[in-house]
Amino acid sequence: MYRKMVLIRRFEERTGQQYTLGKIAGFCHLYIGQEAVAVGADEAIRPDDYMIAAYREHGHALARGADPGMVMAELFGRTGGYSKGKGGSMHIFDIEHHFYGGYGIVGGQIPLATGMAFASRYRGDGRVTVCFFGEAAANQGSFHESLNMASKWKLPVIYVCENNRYGMGTAITRTAAVAEIYKRSAGYAMRGEQADGMDVLAMHDAVSDCAEYCRSGKGPVLLEARTYRFRGHSVVDPATYRTKEEVEEERKNDSIPKLRGAITSRKVASDAELDAIDAEVKAVCEQAVKFADASPEPSLDELWRDTIVGEGEEDVRPRQRVLGAQVDWPAWPGPKDFDVRWEIEPKEPSANDEKAQASSRAEERNKQQNGRASTTV
Amino acid sequence: MPEIMYREALNQALAEEMERDRRVFLIGEEVGKYQGAFKVSQGLLDKFGSARVVDAPISELGFAGLGVGAAMIGLRPVVEMMTWNFAILAMDQIVNNAAKLRHMSGGQLRCPIVFRGPGGAGGRLSSQHSQALESNYAHFPGLKVIAPATPADAKGMLKSAIRDENPVVMIEGERLYALKGEVPEGEHLVPLGKADVKREGRDVTLITWSRMYYFCEQAAQQLEKEGISAEILDLRTLRPLDEEAIVGSVKKTNRAVVVEEGWPHAGIGAQVVDVIQSGAFDFLDAPVLRVTGLDVNMSYAANLENATQPDAAKIVAAAKKVLYAEGH
Repeated sequence: MYRKMVLIRRFEERTGQQYTLGKIAGFCHLYIGQEAVAVGADEAIRPDDYMIAAYREHGHALARGADPGMVMAELFGRTGGYSKGKGGSMHIFDIEHHFYGGYGIVGGQIPLATGMAFASRYRGDGRVTVCFFGEAAANQGSFHESLNMASKWKLPVIYVCENNRYGMGTAITRTAAVAEIYKRSAGYAMRGEQADGMDVLAMHDAVSDCAEYCRSGKGPVLLEARTYRFRGHSVVDPATYRTKEEVEEERKNDSIPKLRGAITSRKVASDAELDAIDAEVKAVCEQAVKFADASPEPSLDELWRDTIVGEGEEDVRPRQRVLGAQVDWPAWPGPKDFDVRWEIEPKEPSANDEKAQASSRAEERNKQQNGRASTTV
Repeated sequence: MPEIMYREALNQALAEEMERDRRVFLIGEEVGKYQGAFKVSQGLLDKFGSARVVDAPISELGFAGLGVGAAMIGLRPVVEMMTWNFAILAMDQIVNNAAKLRHMSGGQLRCPIVFRGPGGAGGRLSSQHSQALESNYAHFPGLKVIAPATPADAKGMLKSAIRDENPVVMIEGERLYALKGEVPEGEHLVPLGKADVKREGRDVTLITWSRMYYFCEQAAQQLEKEGISAEILDLRTLRPLDEEAIVGSVKKTNRAVVVEEGWPHAGIGAQVVDVIQSGAFDFLDAPVLRVTGLDVNMSYAANLENATQPDAAKIVAAAKKVLYAEGH
């Protein structure tokens, strides 16, 4: 857990640095400050549960286990990236680790998560979907439409709202009639609560509890993680809409020193052991940049791939393609590999059914009476 | 071969595909208990249950996106839009997610999903309910777009669309649902991307799809009486276009009229004309003409509504013009 937190922090610092060097272009949103949310959630769910996020998603991919070099190569627009350099910062996908992307339209991934959870109930696979989005996405129709369907159909999905208080440069209090997002769950008769998104242990416990709730068939949860991004909306945003004092104050609440303190005070690991992790992570991030630098640009032939799936065409397995690794790729059940046991609305008995039931009840009564009659004889 | 209605042909396709593949489910407004706004899903709820025939809330974007999410992890949803006019609300999910998942993920994901429902003028419904929107969807790489005219094509193409590994937008003819035609029973597949010569001819090619095919047929019959032999090429699939069939027919007849229900500006017909000019320029004996809906919003008044749409007379006039046979 500590390693993942530090990995994301160092990786994102490197990312910001590489952006200023001109190695990364386009929109690039750093996760610095919010690490506890993705890491706490990832640690609380199973490896084959589904996770999906928005465009500030490098951290979520890394938390799930994505290869840092390949994530960096994607940011560099190189062929060694998870999407061969076609997606960039906003579209990291690592299906091997059940991380389903990276979406650039605010709130656009929320219905997808709802559909993944629908598929879980439909196939009865017992999995949970965790869907991340920012507080400003909660003003989109996609959010409301999704929550309504998920609650009505009791879908196993945790909607994790990462409330970092600003949608780009606009404070949520300026755009939302109800800025405490979790309260919106009440309108959909679903469980909603807040968690401290600056505390990875609190996030872990909250998501564990929600996951158990979802898995037991009770329905979805809206979990609002109160968090803060230490940098601007994207790398190029100087964040002049926030005061220095506010950012200073929030930085005191940094989740990484907090976790370090918790680990050493409980003697789970020593300072020296944690320092060793820090050093190892630093080397991993340096190596990631080297890997991305060395990876070639995609060939122009790639322009004509990955738009339409051709006859018999297989899915691309990135770590196999780039690193020659053996990968455990999700195999979805075939046409008759499962039964659909779920009924969203139990069948209403038809007039014929009622007649049949009435006659069978009558038969049952007759049998019982005959039975009694025979015992008394 | 039994003669059945266009809506029954679609119903057969759905029932057969749901029977053979449990991954297929239908979701949309009124598809279950109400038996479908246009009765396409009649009887399916009873047969397959409420998890496979899902009555959705009026949340087009929400349930379109739900379908995309289910498709990307291995289900094969059929998302019914009550009409394509309402699907404009869902366009973000169709265009920004379904059409781009394969690309954004670098080939890791696929999105086998069908979005289907009626398009075109319904009849006295004014501007919000009378739009032929196929050119909108045909614009996007990553989508396939189909618009069958006959019950047999409707069945065969829906079955192919459900088995396709890509997102397919299927625009049915709102005024074709009750139309009858011969439809093969059981397994009947019409490949996507293949146009069909619905009528052979020598003098001019009428290129069209969906409901406009019937106006072309009327026009061809009228032209025949006047000694003009018109060929009708039904495109059936609007993305990818069957360019070979278009060019092939025009090389044979040397003249073409493209007929579409939608607006002329940036319409599918404009693309067809481009295919002709770049592939059969030397074979053309006249400029290609287009017959389209007028470039105005649809009115409610019966006379205005009729005047807005293409009809057989307009097609006949255009055919004669490319044959330099006006006043013939």
